[in-house]
Amino acid sequence: MSDWVYSDAVSWWPYVFILLGGWLPTDVWRYLGVVSASRIDETSQAAALARTIATALVAAVIAQLVFYPSGALADIPTWVRLVSLAVGFAAHQAFGQRILVGIFAAEAVIGLHALAALAG
Amino acid sequence: MTIPDSEAERTSLGWALIGAKGIFTPPALILTTAFFGFAGLCREAGISWQESAFMTAVVWALPAKIILLGAITAGVSLPAAALAVALSSMRMMPMVVALMPEMRGPKTRTPTLLFLSHFVAITAWVFAMERFDKVPRDKRTAFFGGFAVTLTALNTVLVALVFNLMGQLPALATGALAFLTPVYFFTSLYGSARDRSGRLALFFGMAALPPAHWLTPGYELLVAGIGGGLAAFVCGAFLDGRARTN
Repeated sequence: MSDWVYSDAVSWWPYVFILLGGWLPTDVWRYLGVVSASRIDETSQAAALARTIATALVAAVIAQLVFYPSGALADIPTWVRLVSLAVGFAAHQAFGQRILVGIFAAEAVIGLHALAALAG
Repeated sequence: MTIPDSEAERTSLGWALIGAKGIFTPPALILTTAFFGFAGLCREAGISWQESAFMTAVVWALPAKIILLGAITAGVSLPAAALAVALSSMRMMPMVVALMPEMRGPKTRTPTLLFLSHFVAITAWVFAMERFDKVPRDKRTAFFGGFAVTLTALNTVLVALVFNLMGQLPALATGALAFLTPVYFFTSLYGSARDRSGRLALFFGMAALPPAHWLTPGYELLVAGIGGGLAAFVCGAFLDGRARTN
């Protein structure tokens, strides 16, 4: 449990980590939303900035999965992951912003690369 | 989903069941696809299936969960992980704020709303906002609970199942499944961004990660998220300003 990082050395620690690192910092905003429902302006600049930072945080995680993945994702070459995301996004934009089209196109790139690797 | 007028006298249970049937609507099914990917991601991160299911039930918001998983994978300390998750979940507050006046009936108690607010995430929020005008006001908590609680429970079970079934799959299939998540988020966030800053934030946040990974290991998610978000906000405001003067 040194440095308060996630580890499964102690059986209950992962659950405490998930509760304090995930549940608490998420539900506290939901509860604040309930009790302050009449006092917040959703169209304010501060709310817009909060939305933008939240989006960039998720983008950073996406980048982590594309550039520095672990496990089976790491077995797929970096350029294939990058091309897969780009093709998925392009297909999503080209076909009426349908999420499933984007997902299928991205997965097709990974599948084609796997077939090419098998054939070669 | 259609709700005939003649059935306006439906009971709360009836409305909860109609809500529960909403798990077969396209947005709920797409979210379920994303949870297949999330199960793959959990496996990649090296956590157990019990922890994955627990995380799904207690956090529920998918972006918060993938940030938490990212923090676990990167070996980030608990305070830094909680801060990153808190920043990502901040958007829950305006969402809940917007939902409350629609959902609250004359007799709704605050504890009920606090309980139901746990199940608010993007999919349930959009589902409810689109349909509340067809639901009698005193039945809206039942309707929302029927949908959102069912959706959370179903996906919690699914994460546990898929996680375990994936043990039988070849590594390539697991990798492909895990890659569902980044594609899902990139496309859905781009599609639902309300302003230019939101779309820029996706590209800026991604571009900021490699330098942040190199300069501030252990804090790269926070640094790239806050830095990329601020840059996107300033850039978006500047571009909007120029578009207005031209």
